[in-house]
Amino acid sequence: MKLSGWGRYPLIEASTYAPRSEDDLRDILLSKKSVIARGNGRAYGDSAINADATLETRCLNRMISFDQTSGQLVAEAGVLLGDIVAAFLPRGWFPMVTPGTKFVTLGGAIAADVHGKNHHKEGSFRTCVDWIDIMGSDGEVHRCSWDEDRDLFDYTLGGMGLTGVILRAAIRLRSVESGWMRQRTIAAPNLSAALEAFEVEKNATYSVAWIDCCASNRNLGRSLVILGEHAKLSELPSSKAKEPFHKKTKWKISIPFDFPSIFLNRFSVRAFNNIYYQSGAKKIDVRLVDWDSYFYPLDSVLNWNRIYGRKGFSQFQCVFPLEQSEAGLTAILEEVASAGCGSFLAVLKRFGPQDSSFSFPMEGYTLALDFPINDKTLRLAEKLDQIVIDFKGRFYLAKDSRISAQTLRATDVRADKFCSVRNARGLSTRFASAQADRLVL
Amino acid sequence: MAVAHKLASMGHPIQLAARGANSLLADKTNIELRYNVTVTLHEFDALALDTHDAFVAGLGELPQIAVCAVGLLGDQYQAEQDVQVASLIVRSNFEGPASILGVLANHFEKRGSGILVGISSVAGERGRATNYVYGSAKAGFTAFLSGLRNRLARKGIHVLTVLPGFVATRMTEGLDLPATLTTQPSRVAEAIAHACKRKKNVIYVGRVWWLITFVIRRIPEALFKRLRI
Repeated sequence: MKLSGWGRYPLIEASTYAPRSEDDLRDILLSKKSVIARGNGRAYGDSAINADATLETRCLNRMISFDQTSGQLVAEAGVLLGDIVAAFLPRGWFPMVTPGTKFVTLGGAIAADVHGKNHHKEGSFRTCVDWIDIMGSDGEVHRCSWDEDRDLFDYTLGGMGLTGVILRAAIRLRSVESGWMRQRTIAAPNLSAALEAFEVEKNATYSVAWIDCCASNRNLGRSLVILGEHAKLSELPSSKAKEPFHKKTKWKISIPFDFPSIFLNRFSVRAFNNIYYQSGAKKIDVRLVDWDSYFYPLDSVLNWNRIYGRKGFSQFQCVFPLEQSEAGLTAILEEVASAGCGSFLAVLKRFGPQDSSFSFPMEGYTLALDFPINDKTLRLAEKLDQIVIDFKGRFYLAKDSRISAQTLRATDVRADKFCSVRNARGLSTRFASAQADRLVL
Repeated sequence: MAVAHKLASMGHPIQLAARGANSLLADKTNIELRYNVTVTLHEFDALALDTHDAFVAGLGELPQIAVCAVGLLGDQYQAEQDVQVASLIVRSNFEGPASILGVLANHFEKRGSGILVGISSVAGERGRATNYVYGSAKAGFTAFLSGLRNRLARKGIHVLTVLPGFVATRMTEGLDLPATLTTQPSRVAEAIAHACKRKKNVIYVGRVWWLITFVIRRIPEALFKRLRI
């Protein structure tokens, strides 16, 4: 069948298998030339596609144990983060680190070493991972952790599934008093004001900014910086404190068809961004927001990826080191504004320090932009690639669908080491994805 | 299993019964962790008819809703050649399920409440060359459920007949099924839970199967016997 990532580009003919047990999985793995595991298909590009054999983990999705005192959950790789929230939030537990969608699997979160709005304080997903069970090229299952085969552990977090098939893992949840978030919004009229807001508010548990990438000149980089804290029981009005984990069922909107590509043009995107900024700038008070709207605003629009039309879209996400951030971001935003293909959704986020083998984050600022796929945006993206190289940034492989092997190596010196580790462990022949082929990993 | 998940998510305690029930330990833990309900495992063999009385007596607590999801697709060609194969298909899809629901029905009748759910199949709506052994067993089971419903209707016990089309389960794994006509087990589970609440009698999942069955049943036999469908 034809497979793609969340961005619906590229579309690749691939054989898929959905093993129901470890033994099933081993049989398939050993009988195929090469394989890649696939969770819920939320990586944007071709990370979880192998034409020969794509192994879906959706049937390997059982929760195995939970420790009430430490908050440690052991679960199979196909369990969704949303399932974890549904099961454990009513008992006062929430994921330690969560990306912007709850529709990712545990295995996917580990493979991409995803980050959340608390990265500047608490780091990436690896922070909450105690150990991982992974099936290697020989079909044997190995356990790796902070003190057991540390090398495999480090390369599996951020290794994009190229170090084996993640079977199960132990993660720690955080204890929370309610399902509510105290949200505060700061309107920043330009980029340096936004960066300053992040630095001033670095003690906030969660912070993220929506950035208007259509704005130019003196408005360049104007943003709404959104801060959040888990609300304590004492901070809730009595009506909410009675049932602190209760949430009204929200209406879900589903996009039933592909929008025609004319729908997204420079005028509609600019108008949307303008309205969003102006209305956001008025709501700078502290307000209580439920966890779903706070962490997963886009999840309430199912299939939102169809807004970008039939050809799909690509997300451009890079990170710049702290000292290069302002210059790098300015260069990117100027290029995007002058090209006139603004992105509907643009997100800016401060990362804290991180030192890991092949994960995306590093201390600095990350910017994510969405573009519908067309000749113009692909040309723009190549220009942006060069800016990332010039300012010593790097790319998020979970979002990538198009950079070249040369660009990867020009931005990430760790790539060659990753390849040699894969070779030394006999993983490179067995585990491969369309992305790994493109990037020669 | 999807039905167990759905009912557990609504807060019902779950009793899982199967052959080799211990192989369901991981599923038991999974459901308990996810929905914070009690799950118990019970050894059950649908084909061992003489054990069914003891099985129900040994459940401890008689369930409010009993779902029978027993079935064996089998191989039509082998069933034509080997009467043992044919017999196993008929016993697995008709005799066994009818027997256990019959025993449960008597217990429910004594208590005066309960819902019995039988998962039959659209294959039982008309016999076709490609799977009529399976289809005829399901047809028998569907008729059994209809009769049971008739018998218990005034006694406070509800009987739900579920007629799924293609469902992506272990049974259909490896078959080349049309994607648009294939439903996920979770959808069947949703439909069953909804039908239990609404006291529906017969449901098709997905609904397009009602139309397909409607048409297939109305094709004149003279024509039908020449078709390859």
